[in-house]
This record gives sequence, structure tokens and C-alpha cells, in this order.
Amino acid sequence: MTADVVAFWGLAVLLVGSALAVVLTRNLFHSVLWLALALTGTAGLFLLLEAEFLAAVQVLLYAGGVVTVVVFAIVVTERLVGERLSHTSRSVPLGAITAFGLLAGLVVSIAGAPLAGPAPAMPDDLTPELGYAVLTRHVLPFELLGVLLLVALLGAIYFARPED
Amino acid sequence: MGLEAYLFLAATVFAIGLFGVMTRRNTVGILLGVELMLNAVNINLVAFSRFQGDTLGMVFTLFAIAITVAEVAVGLALVILIFRTRRTAMADHLDLLKG
Repeated sequence: MTADVVAFWGLAVLLVGSALAVVLTRNLFHSVLWLALALTGTAGLFLLLEAEFLAAVQVLLYAGGVVTVVVFAIVVTERLVGERLSHTSRSVPLGAITAFGLLAGLVVSIAGAPLAGPAPAMPDDLTPELGYAVLTRHVLPFELLGVLLLVALLGAIYFARPED
Repeated sequence: MGLEAYLFLAATVFAIGLFGVMTRRNTVGILLGVELMLNAVNINLVAFSRFQGDTLGMVFTLFAIAITVAEVAVGLALVILIFRTRRTAMADHLDLLKG
């Protein structure tokens, strides 16, 4: 076994385990922390796929930003109610059946799909190429994304403004 | 590792996320399930991008991550707003539109 295979299986176990913990644990706060671990594991997968820049973005924005915001939201809402938020599950059998059905369908279609062969050689560092693509061919979606972020954050501030 | 391995892994994470969305009572818990599903899609995009030798999928992932951040901010603001007015975060209790 090469180092790549070992790393992939290690990350796969980490990712699936922490994802299961996110949906099964009974403590909302622990759920968020497990999600942070799952997102960090995904960053590791991006490193294996030689997307170093995306791995950095994943850790900064996702594991850093999103998890911090969710933790803040939990703390704020718990202060509003003055009690612990309950974090239970319902209709577990139905959910499990649906999830397994979807997984089975996906596995069958992936196994039957004509997929590309071994990965072609890529340049050592893809970051310049990504930056070039974002600022030339995809500059319009990039600018629209800026507008979207501004609007979303203004909307979020408006929703969550202090009561007057 | 081949492309299939990454696709199988992403499919598993997606199914787990769907399970979370379907079974969680708390709206924040549902949001965490959605995060897992989005994450699985990003793995797929990057894996295809790498195995096709084309950076387009990585650019798309970059946009997807940024949009997810905006989605989480708005989603949590809505959760806080619902909390203020209805004093609950349980999705089952939000049935104002029920006939």
C-alpha cells in the first residue's frame, strides 16, 4: 500500500465517522464540533486531490467561519430561551431507509458508469491557474458572488438586529 | 486511489447528511445536515476536476463554498428570528401555514 491509499482510507474513516456523529449525537454543541472535524477531513481529501488552495479555503471559510457562526447562533439562542436546546431525532427508521435507498442507488450508478481512467498529471501548483480562471473567464460570477455576499450579510444583520 | 473511491465516499457522506436533514427536530440540526450534503458535493466536484485534468470543477467548488457561507449566515439569522417570535427551534412547531 502506498502512502496515498493509507491517507485516503484514514480520511475516509474520519469523515464518515464524524459525519455519523453529527447526525446521531444528542448534544447540539457536540454536533457542531463533529461537523468541524468532518469539514477538516474534507480539507485533507482536497490535499490528496492536489487542490491545496481549496483545502486552505475549506479550513478558513468552512471549518473556521461557518462553525464559529453556528456556535454563536447556539449560544445566542440558548441565552434567549434560558435553557439547553434539545437535539433529538424523529422518524429514524424512515430516514435510515431513505438514506440507504439513496446510497444504494448512487453506488449502483457509480459502479456502472464509464469513469475516467487514472488521473492525468497536473501542474505542481494549481493556485495561479485558479486565480487566472476566476479573474478572466469567470469574472462575472466572481463579481456577482461579491454582491451576493454583501446582500446576504446585510439581510442577516437586518434579520438579527436588536429588538427595538 | 481511483475516481470511484472518492465518489463512493462522497455518496456515503451525502446519504448521512440526508439522514440528518430527515430526522433532526432542531432547525440548527437540519442546517448541519445540509452542510454535510453540500460538503459531499464539493468532494465530487474536486475529484472529477482532478481526474479530468480540468480546473473548472475547482473554480466551481470555490464559488460553492462562498455561497454556502452566505447561506449559513442567512439561515442562522432566520433561526434567531424564529426563536425571538415563536420561542422554539423545533421544525415541527413551525406550522403556521398548516390548514
